[in-house]
Amino acid sequence: MMLAATVTGLKLKNPMMLAAGIMGTTGGSLKRAAQAGAGAVVTKSIGIAPKAGHSNPSMVDVDCGYLNAMGLPNPSYKNFQEEIDKAKESEVPVIASIFGGSADEFSEIAGALCADAFELNVSCPHARGYGAEIGTDPKLVEEITHAVKSAVNAPVWVKLTPNVTDIKSIGLAAQRGGADAVVAINTVRGMAIDIESGYPILGNKFGGISGRAIKPVAIKCVYDLYEALDIPVIGVGGISDWKDAVEFIMAGARAVQIGSAVGENIDIFSDISSCMDAFLTEKEWTLDDIYGMAHEV
Amino acid sequence: MKPVNAVITKVVDETPTIRTFFFDTSFELIPGQFVMVWIRGVDEIPMALPYENAITVQKVGPATSALFELGECDSIGIRGPFGNGFDITKGRILLVAGGVGAAPLAPLAEKAGSAGVEVTTLLGARTNDEILFRERFEAAGDVRIATDDGSEGKHGYVTQLIEDSKKYSQIYCCGPENMMKKVLDMVAPSKAQFSLHRYIKCGIGICGACCVDGLRVCKDGPVFSGEVLKKTEFGVYRRNECGERVRF
Repeated sequence: MMLAATVTGLKLKNPMMLAAGIMGTTGGSLKRAAQAGAGAVVTKSIGIAPKAGHSNPSMVDVDCGYLNAMGLPNPSYKNFQEEIDKAKESEVPVIASIFGGSADEFSEIAGALCADAFELNVSCPHARGYGAEIGTDPKLVEEITHAVKSAVNAPVWVKLTPNVTDIKSIGLAAQRGGADAVVAINTVRGMAIDIESGYPILGNKFGGISGRAIKPVAIKCVYDLYEALDIPVIGVGGISDWKDAVEFIMAGARAVQIGSAVGENIDIFSDISSCMDAFLTEKEWTLDDIYGMAHEV
Repeated sequence: MKPVNAVITKVVDETPTIRTFFFDTSFELIPGQFVMVWIRGVDEIPMALPYENAITVQKVGPATSALFELGECDSIGIRGPFGNGFDITKGRILLVAGGVGAAPLAPLAEKAGSAGVEVTTLLGARTNDEILFRERFEAAGDVRIATDDGSEGKHGYVTQLIEDSKKYSQIYCCGPENMMKKVLDMVAPSKAQFSLHRYIKCGIGICGACCVDGLRVCKDGPVFSGEVLKKTEFGVYRRNECGERVRF
């Protein structure tokens, strides 16, 4: 119970969620992450129409982390409610990540899906007309957030891109639009080239970096957003162990999401929970005590 | 890992539609593991390893067609080997292969055969020209053949060759999913292992595109016990590149 947390009204048994885009296309895989101890699970980003995504290679290990350009593959919201319903059997909150090219598309999708919360993907760094092409424009972010808030009763989270000069201005736009929380960060733009041939490795040529390499970037974004916003910040980006999760919470994250590290260890949610619990007990701290601690010392 | 450069050293025509591409790089391999093969500028696809330094490919789509354009001295990028591979048991084993599904089973037959395991292989193909790796299986033990058109062996499906499956300590199967589902329905699920084919994107257990229920074919598989598969959509539907269900 020490790790129980409430985020935008959702009751979580622990603050460690499965991040969007990770094992999130099937109800069965979301359910498995929940059974592995995740406090909540976020689906793959779902759009208007079925989408195959970019050609492979779409994800490679680049030593310091991972580089990916999946290209938002998804079966469309019209084929997705049954996956959410299956994930719901796990009895943890299921958050639908959604993407669109306009406020109308976002609200059409959100209005049609039944989920515990919505996470608006305005931050994918490698999809033309979607994601970060929208999420770098404060006006669009505010408009889309407002549109989705009007279309649903569930909490609305906005996932932010770090590929901007000032992430606070985008977070403030989401807050003005009525967002219940922001999620930071999506991947950091990156690229890798095969030196045997000169070919960019990804089918899409460039993509986004996740994993260990981006953790300090994410920590700084969470730290800044915590100072600037009144709504909660959910931290994501390079969490590989319990210490990383504690660091995010100290930076000002109400909860965290775990992505790339799930590949090597799907039990990472329960591993982090038990270690974090032991750490807090030893320090005689609560989750509330360490929340935003880095701002108070 | 980033893709490793592999230069093609030899191309062998196995059948009119199947070729083996040998390359200058060897991988330590558990039979049943796979690699991601990058045909630069085209696509990256999962392929079984029939040898530690080769892939065996059937021409079925744009990526494999592009691969068929390559010859000696051309190169491809390889990530892997990935996945679990077959769990090799002692005693008397039965291999059931359909078409190019013989590729991951051939090194298993050799490894088991040389360890003193009694190996029987049931080899199925559309026609006698398309029988793959017959000599390799024959060198490891008994072989029985079935062809769809009756040009050799039993006229019919390879599953019709299965009799008295109880006498085997383990059954290993790779081929079209409909065929594997038939095998699963005919044998003791806990004593059978199946190598699955799914649309794979990341290959490293992260993206979830290849999931069968909650199981990642690329990381938890591609080999699964029949007992595990019985509880899933195996044999009922797969998912396309969008994640939509496609019934078999």
